[in-house]
Amino acid sequence: MTPRITGAVALRVLAQLRRDPRTVVLLLGVPCLLVALLHELFRDQLQTFQRIGGPLLGLFPFVSMFLVTSITMLRERVSGTLERLLTTPLGRLDLLVGYGLAFGSLAAVQASLVSVLAFEGLGLDVAGPPAAIVALAIGNAILGMSLGLFVSAFAQSEFQAVQFMPALVFPQMLLCGLFVPRDRMATWLHWVSDALPLTYAYDALARAVDDAFGGRFVADVAVTVGATLLALALGAATLRRRTA
Amino acid sequence: MSAAVAVEKLRVVRGGVVALDELSLDVSSGTVTGLLGPSGSGKTTLMRALVGVQRVERGDVRVLGLPAGDARLRRRVAYTTQTPAVYPDLSVRENLTFFARVLGAQHASVDDAIAAVELGRFESRRVGRLSGGQRARVSLATALLGAPEVLVLDEPTVGLDPVLRRELWGLFHRLADDGATLLVSSHVMDEADRCDELVLLRDGRLLATGTPTELRARTGAVDLDDVFLRLIDETA
Repeated sequence: MTPRITGAVALRVLAQLRRDPRTVVLLLGVPCLLVALLHELFRDQLQTFQRIGGPLLGLFPFVSMFLVTSITMLRERVSGTLERLLTTPLGRLDLLVGYGLAFGSLAAVQASLVSVLAFEGLGLDVAGPPAAIVALAIGNAILGMSLGLFVSAFAQSEFQAVQFMPALVFPQMLLCGLFVPRDRMATWLHWVSDALPLTYAYDALARAVDDAFGGRFVADVAVTVGATLLALALGAATLRRRTA
Repeated sequence: MSAAVAVEKLRVVRGGVVALDELSLDVSSGTVTGLLGPSGSGKTTLMRALVGVQRVERGDVRVLGLPAGDARLRRRVAYTTQTPAVYPDLSVRENLTFFARVLGAQHASVDDAIAAVELGRFESRRVGRLSGGQRARVSLATALLGAPEVLVLDEPTVGLDPVLRRELWGLFHRLADDGATLLVSSHVMDEADRCDELVLLRDGRLLATGTPTELRARTGAVDLDDVFLRLIDETA
């Protein structure tokens, strides 16, 4: 890995985003809109908004970065720029970390914006520190990015890449404990949710919201980081210099 | 002249089909070598093997004395793919600045590369809004960054107007005069006369090598299309 090259990749991805203001507005605006919608939806049951609002803030970046990365990396593979880059001194880590820096900073802006809206504007009140939620949100963005990077190797078109989102992200959202507490799930669903990285990401968020930074919180964060590293390693393995 | 590129009994199979077989070849340094052959003859596969992105079944490919794709070659060998490998959502200058940073090339080389492909007027335009020929030139410009010793260019002049094509061939020869080795593929025979050396491929096999003059003398044909046809008849 070369810092100069890693930085070049990060700056390039940011330049691409700057050239695409509509995507940036959607990335930053849609989570805010959804939280506002949720607030309206539970106008008469504010305790529900209080329960799911906090963790949800930390999950938006996971979803959007999964999608953005899988498409961006797919384009890189299909257009030939990846092959061209792999004939240069660029290392695979330069690409992965460069992407991580760019999308991570975008996720930081996204999470901060939606947090300000929720905590200041909509009266979301949590026991834990909001900064911890934003920090976990950035971590989840990197997890989403890593998974997106990996699955981009299995899509041949943007249509396919987009379909990976309902296929891989929705089940994780449904089973992570946000909608139905995990101890009320059927045993086999509980097992499935045990194997999904978002379960741990959500659990860490729920504990941060409750200000419960105990051993389980640390374990949740460790599993999430481990899943991110595993996805990155798998993603790196799909960036082959020599192809048939 | 030493060989900048040395290929020995190369065999490549792509998707169950033999793309290159028993291919041996030397390219002298400081020359512009044309890689010619009909579409599907294996030109792109050979170029991919030279830059080390092609999985090879058998054979030895050396560039500047090192195995193709060696990490030490990545700054010394430049490659442009047939379809322009640049970012359509970035401007000409943004694309080149990015590749210059990746290659560790001087910032001034960005200006030189833009000037060399005559895109100065369009440097702040998004590549996606350029014509196909202009896009190909952006891709070519990325290969000029950082003064590479070997340039592997896959059909760099497709779709360009004759004046610009002449300019670019002039540029290729100036680079060769400065010591660079260029391997340029084309499926248009009229570009063959602009090359110092020719490598003719057909069905993944080497048909002939030599200077345009040598190949004419050998076959007794004047037109290079006829040269190609007679060489095919010879081997049949």
